[in-house]
Amino acid sequence: MSSATPTRVELDYAGSERLTMNMGPQHPSAHGVFRAVLTLEGETVIDVDAVIGYLHRCHEKLAETLTYAQYPSIASKTDYVAAMTSEFAYVRAAEMIGKIEVPQRAEYLRVLVSELQRVASHLLWLGTWCMDMGGALGGGATIFLYTIRERELILDLFESLVGARLLYGFFQVGGVRYDLPDGWAASCLETVDVLDGRISEYERMLEDNPFFMARAEGVGVISRELAEDVGISGPLLRGSGVAYDLRRAEPYSVYGDLDFVVPVESSGDCLARYRVRMVEFRESLKIVRQVLDTLPAGPVSSRPGLKSVAQTRIPKGEAYARIEGARGEVGCYLIADGSAKPYRMKWRGASFSNLAVLPHIIPGHKVSDIVAIMGSVDPVFGEVDR
Amino acid sequence: MPEWLLPVIAPFVVLNAIIGIVTYVTLLERKFAARMQSRIGPYRVGPHGLLQPIADAIKLMMKEDIVPTAADRPVYNLAPIVFLAPCMFIFATIPFAPGLGVADLNIGILFFLAISAMEIVGLFMAGWGSNNKYALLSAMRAVNQVISYDLPFIFSALTPVLLAGSLRLSDIAMAQEGLWFVFYPVLGQLAFVLFIVSTVAAENRAPFDILEAESELVAGFRVEYSGMKFALIQLGEYAHILGASFLGALLFLGAWSGPGPEWLGPVWFLIKAMCVFLLVTWVRWSFVRIRVDQILALSWKALLPMTLLLLLATAFVVVWRHSGVA
Repeated sequence: MSSATPTRVELDYAGSERLTMNMGPQHPSAHGVFRAVLTLEGETVIDVDAVIGYLHRCHEKLAETLTYAQYPSIASKTDYVAAMTSEFAYVRAAEMIGKIEVPQRAEYLRVLVSELQRVASHLLWLGTWCMDMGGALGGGATIFLYTIRERELILDLFESLVGARLLYGFFQVGGVRYDLPDGWAASCLETVDVLDGRISEYERMLEDNPFFMARAEGVGVISRELAEDVGISGPLLRGSGVAYDLRRAEPYSVYGDLDFVVPVESSGDCLARYRVRMVEFRESLKIVRQVLDTLPAGPVSSRPGLKSVAQTRIPKGEAYARIEGARGEVGCYLIADGSAKPYRMKWRGASFSNLAVLPHIIPGHKVSDIVAIMGSVDPVFGEVDR
Repeated sequence: MPEWLLPVIAPFVVLNAIIGIVTYVTLLERKFAARMQSRIGPYRVGPHGLLQPIADAIKLMMKEDIVPTAADRPVYNLAPIVFLAPCMFIFATIPFAPGLGVADLNIGILFFLAISAMEIVGLFMAGWGSNNKYALLSAMRAVNQVISYDLPFIFSALTPVLLAGSLRLSDIAMAQEGLWFVFYPVLGQLAFVLFIVSTVAAENRAPFDILEAESELVAGFRVEYSGMKFALIQLGEYAHILGASFLGALLFLGAWSGPGPEWLGPVWFLIKAMCVFLLVTWVRWSFVRIRVDQILALSWKALLPMTLLLLLATAFVVVWRHSGVA
C-alpha cells in the first residue's frame, strides 16, 4: 500500500433516491453464499438481482468419475442439510436402470431415515428462519439453540446407525449399508416422543408471539399461479395451495403403504409455509412410528459386500428418479453405459428451482422482509450450485 | 479535603464505577441469556466466567484499529466519543443515595432525558462516517426510531414526575418513601409497562434493534468499527441501558429505599436497577425483531397516544387529590 491519500468512494447515488446494495455472498443471512444485488428506495426494495454459483463443485462431472458404489456418499454433499434424500434419489435412479430389486426391510429403513432427515432439516430451517427474522429470539438464537438441541437427538441416532453425523453414505444400490443396531428402535421411539412434545412447545412459543406473527403473516405471498409457473416444489408449493407431494402423487419405495397427511395452506405467505412445515414435522414422526411398528425382517441389501468393479456394473439405460426431499422435489437423471460408472448424471435440486421465485416476490417488500422470505424458502446452497 | 476538589473527584469515581458495572452487566446478560437458551454461558475464564469481561476488554484493546480507506476520517474517529459522552453524562444527575451523586440538579430528569436523546448524534456520525451502505441505512433507521421513541419514553417518565411534583430526581425518590410509584393504583403499573416498552425501543434493544439488525444490516452503524472504537460504542450502549435501568428503578421502584441500615441504600438501588435491566433483557431474548414500518406505527399510533393519555389522567388525579385535601 502506498501512502497516497485514500481515494474517496462515493455512494452509488446517480441523482435518484435509489441505492444499490449488495447482500451477500458473505452475509449473515445469505444461507450459505447467496448474493442479492438490491435496488433500494429508502427501505423498500425496488429490484433484486439474484446471483448464484459461489458454491459450485462440479458434482455432476464428479459423478461420472465415481462408481455406483462410491458416489452415494458424495451425493450427500449436494444437500448437506438433508443428506439422506440426495443419496436416495441417486440409488433409486441406478436401481431403476438396472431393475435391481431392493429387499422390503431396506425400503422401510430408507423411508425411516428419510423421514428422520426431514425432521432434522425442518428443525434447522425453523431455527435459522427465526434467526433471520432477528431480534434475539432469532438473532440471539434462543429458538435456534432449542431446535439445534432437538436436531442433535436425530444426529445422535444417525451416528449410532451409520457412524457419521452429517454426511452419511447410508444408501447403496440395492439396499442400505447397515442394519439397525440393537436397541436403536427403542431409542428412536423415545426421541420421537420427545420431539413431538417439543414441536408443540415451538408452536406455542411462536404463534402466541405477536411480533412473530406480524413478521410472518402476509409477507412474501406466492400466488398459486406463480407457484405453478415458476415450478417450485415442496413446502413452498403446498403453502401456495397446491396439494402436491411426490410421496402421495407418485408413491415410491413403501410410501404407498403408509398413512400420512399432506398439509396444504392456501394463503402462500411465510406463515403458510411455516404452518405446512409444522404439520410435516408431525406427519414425519407419524411415519417413523409406523415404520418402526411394521418393520419386516430380512436382509437389508440385495447386493451386500460388493468386492469388485465388475460387480458394481449397471446395464445400459437411462432413468429419472425423483423423491420428495425436505425442500421439495429432488431429481436425479442418470445415463448408464454398462460400465461401473454412469455416463452422465444430472441433478434437479429443489432449492435451485425454489430460489427462482425470489425475484418475483421480493420487490415491494422492506429490507427486513427479504431475510424473512429467504429463510422461509429454505435454500441450501450445496443443492443450488452443486 | 478542600471543598473545590469534590466536583473533580465525584465524576471520576462515578465514571469508573459505571464502567466497572457496565463491564459486569455484559456478563450478567450473557449468563441470563444462556440460562434462557439452555446453555451455560461464559465459564472458562475465572471461576464461573467471572473474569470473562476483563478478558473481553483486553482483547478489544489489543485489536488492530482499522479505518476504512473510504471513511470520512474526522467524523468516523469522532463518532465513538460523541456517542459515549452523553451515555456517561446521564449518570451525572442520578443520586445513588440521599446526597450521594455528582449533581442533584433541580431539573434532573429533564437533563437526563435531554442528554440521553443526544446519543443519536454520535450514532448518525458513525453511520455516515463509515461510508458503508449497511451503516448508512442503519443510521437512517436510528434517527427514525429514536425520534419516534423518545417521546413516549419522556411522557412515561413524566408520570412519576407529576405524582412527586418535582423534576429533581432525589425529590422523586423521596416521594416514594411510603409507596413506590409502581404500586400506585393503575397509573403506576401502566406507566411502568409503557416505560419499559419505550426504554427497550429508545435503547434500540431487541425486538426494536432494527439499527443493529445483524441478520439484515450485519451490524448496522458499527459494522466498520473495530478495536477500541468498537469497545467505546459498546460501552456507550450498555452505559445507556444501565442509565435507563437506574432511572426506571428511581422513578418506579423507590430508588434506595429498602430494609436494613442506611448505607445499604446504594446496594438496594443497584439491585433494583439490575431487576429493571433483567426485565429488559428478558424481553430482548424472547421476541423476533419487528420491521421498521411496524416499529414506527407502534410508536406513533399506539405508544404515543397511550402515554399522552396516561399523562393527562395522572394530571387529573393529582389535581383532584390536591383539591380534595385542600
